[in-house]
Amino acid sequence: MAVLRKMTAAVALALVAGGAQAQISGNVIKIGVMNDMSGLYADIGGPGSVIAARMAVEDFGAAKKGMKVEVLAADHQNKPDVGSTLARQWYDVDGVDVIVDVPTSSVALAVSQVTRDKGKAMLNTGAASSDLTGKACSPNTIHWLYDTWMLANGTGNAVVKTGGDSWFFLTSDYAFGHALERDTAEVVKKAGGKVLGAVRHPLNTQDFSSFLLQAQASKAKVIGLANAGGDTINSIKQAAEFGIVQGGQSLAGLLVFLTDVHGLGLKTAQGLVLTESWYWDLNDSSRAWAKRFAAQHGGKYPSMDHAGVYSAVLHYLKAVEAGKTDDGTKVVAKMKSMPTDDPLFGKGTIREDGRKLHPVYLFEVKKPSESKGPYDYYKVRATIPAEQAFRPLKDGGCPLVK
Amino acid sequence: MTEIFGIPTVALFGQLLIGLINGSFYALLSLGLAVIFGLLNIINFTHGAQYMLGAFCAYLLLNKLGLGYWWALLIAPIVVGITGVIIERTMLKPLYKLDHLYGLLLTFGLALIIQGIFRNEYGSSGMPYPVPAELAGGKNLGFMFLPVYRGWVIVASLIVCLGTWYVIERTKLGSYLRAATENPQLVQAFGINVPRMITLTYGFGVALAAFAGVMAGPIYQVSPQMGADLIIVVFAVVVIGGMGSIMGSIVTGFGLGVIEGLTKVFYPEASNTVIFIIMAIVLLIKPAGLFGTQK
Repeated sequence: MAVLRKMTAAVALALVAGGAQAQISGNVIKIGVMNDMSGLYADIGGPGSVIAARMAVEDFGAAKKGMKVEVLAADHQNKPDVGSTLARQWYDVDGVDVIVDVPTSSVALAVSQVTRDKGKAMLNTGAASSDLTGKACSPNTIHWLYDTWMLANGTGNAVVKTGGDSWFFLTSDYAFGHALERDTAEVVKKAGGKVLGAVRHPLNTQDFSSFLLQAQASKAKVIGLANAGGDTINSIKQAAEFGIVQGGQSLAGLLVFLTDVHGLGLKTAQGLVLTESWYWDLNDSSRAWAKRFAAQHGGKYPSMDHAGVYSAVLHYLKAVEAGKTDDGTKVVAKMKSMPTDDPLFGKGTIREDGRKLHPVYLFEVKKPSESKGPYDYYKVRATIPAEQAFRPLKDGGCPLVK
Repeated sequence: MTEIFGIPTVALFGQLLIGLINGSFYALLSLGLAVIFGLLNIINFTHGAQYMLGAFCAYLLLNKLGLGYWWALLIAPIVVGITGVIIERTMLKPLYKLDHLYGLLLTFGLALIIQGIFRNEYGSSGMPYPVPAELAGGKNLGFMFLPVYRGWVIVASLIVCLGTWYVIERTKLGSYLRAATENPQLVQAFGINVPRMITLTYGFGVALAAFAGVMAGPIYQVSPQMGADLIIVVFAVVVIGGMGSIMGSIVTGFGLGVIEGLTKVFYPEASNTVIFIIMAIVLLIKPAGLFGTQK
């Protein structure tokens, strides 16, 4: 009898396992990391994001659980057409189940649309446009890490509060820059400040002196940099050269990553106030993870994007395990219904518009004398709790929210 | 205050000056390309990478050996020039008999490899390189604040450009060079070592790129991509000036810098395309370029 019971149990288990297997397309979960692998945003995500995704697969213990997980990588070159072609190829031909990272908002919006059409999943950690959870929200996309509203709310507010009430924007001329300028201008106006003007520069510009002179001539107290990566680095570096800060104007880097500060050097970057969702030196578990990451990434420390990829992939795999399916729409729904918990961001939730919620931090870049060495760059100025850090659900205009 | 199209004239002066500064880099780089194309018939797509190598050479000299900017300005062009000589001897030489396209493909591939190696090692955000103490700070010119270093860039690049033009167009050595491109056999018959002259010319063109790289270090980031971003524009400059024309590349380099600078004021969104629009127009009207002669 006992033998029979064991056998029935085994058969039942096999059936359950078989059933679960049948829900995983091709019996393998394929995670595609798509980002800028070689251009001006490559240090923010780039090959580091692939390492972070692999670490998540390892820490999830996919192999022990008998789940087959593969991580693929591709370079979208910051071009929406390249990104959407790659996404189609991945979904249709290569059997990719989920695309992660995807910085560059214009590309992210395009890939999000393709993902929705194909019923797959996108975990966006790299792009900033708040439209991803606003008018362009999708049941297949989760916006994991940060967005332009959060940056504007964090840095914009902090700057206005310290007296920076007239602004001029240097804006990267594509979806991201426009969204960041729009969201920051709203914050500035709401706080009683005014916007004196803006200049739109092409993505990946080398020389900002002409734009900086225009900003200087505007006499605005604050020059808001609504750009990112190499563009932000060059803007800040050249602003120092042209004596902008000595002339009494201050710079607000609206999106600055750790890797940008590393590229600038503390001598130029000191005193910058910036908003990020994560920094490696926040607590013991983030430090431990960063050390492991750096060991695999040639000694380079992780950006918040790398941490975001890790945590998003981890939660995705948990949802696949719990829902026993890798169907994009179902997994994303499952991800939203499960609370998130990981060593880097702690506990959090995902809203119905796809926005992931966690606390964000207002950092100040240390003076060279305060830093103990490479990557010891930030001190925390304020922690913004999750419920205040992101745009209220009702203000986003996301059609999924009833 | 007087205004032109709604822009105060004083602001415009500032923008013109900035255009000239950027033009200095275009001129220096397109000059090297023009020399190499004019004398070797090689479309040197590695030029951007060699510019980047110059900047990295300066960065490494400073951080590994403690040698500052002025040493870098001397050493980097020599070191990178020597790598150029090696490339010419080992790789480019067998291609002279073949179509231009082969040289273009080889140098393009080389550029990708060199940039890839540096990106792996140093990442894409680049490294900071300080402005030398002697050239730090700036002067208020009344209509703008001019960093001293930028002023130096204009002066140095004018000297180098005009010096190169003088050597090639007005000296005996230059006349050998020019003769060797017209008819190498005949020049060789006069007892001149043409292959060596060509090798050294390539080395010199590459050294010019490295020189521009060192000059760029304190202004831009020293980053693996710095050359790749610039080289396309510089090629457009060479095409507009006329392939192989020395004076053409200098004048167009500065001129296009100014036009690009003005675009950044009047319609900034188009500032990265304006040069290509001009290129298309010039090619339609004068296919050999502004200063080129139809062969």
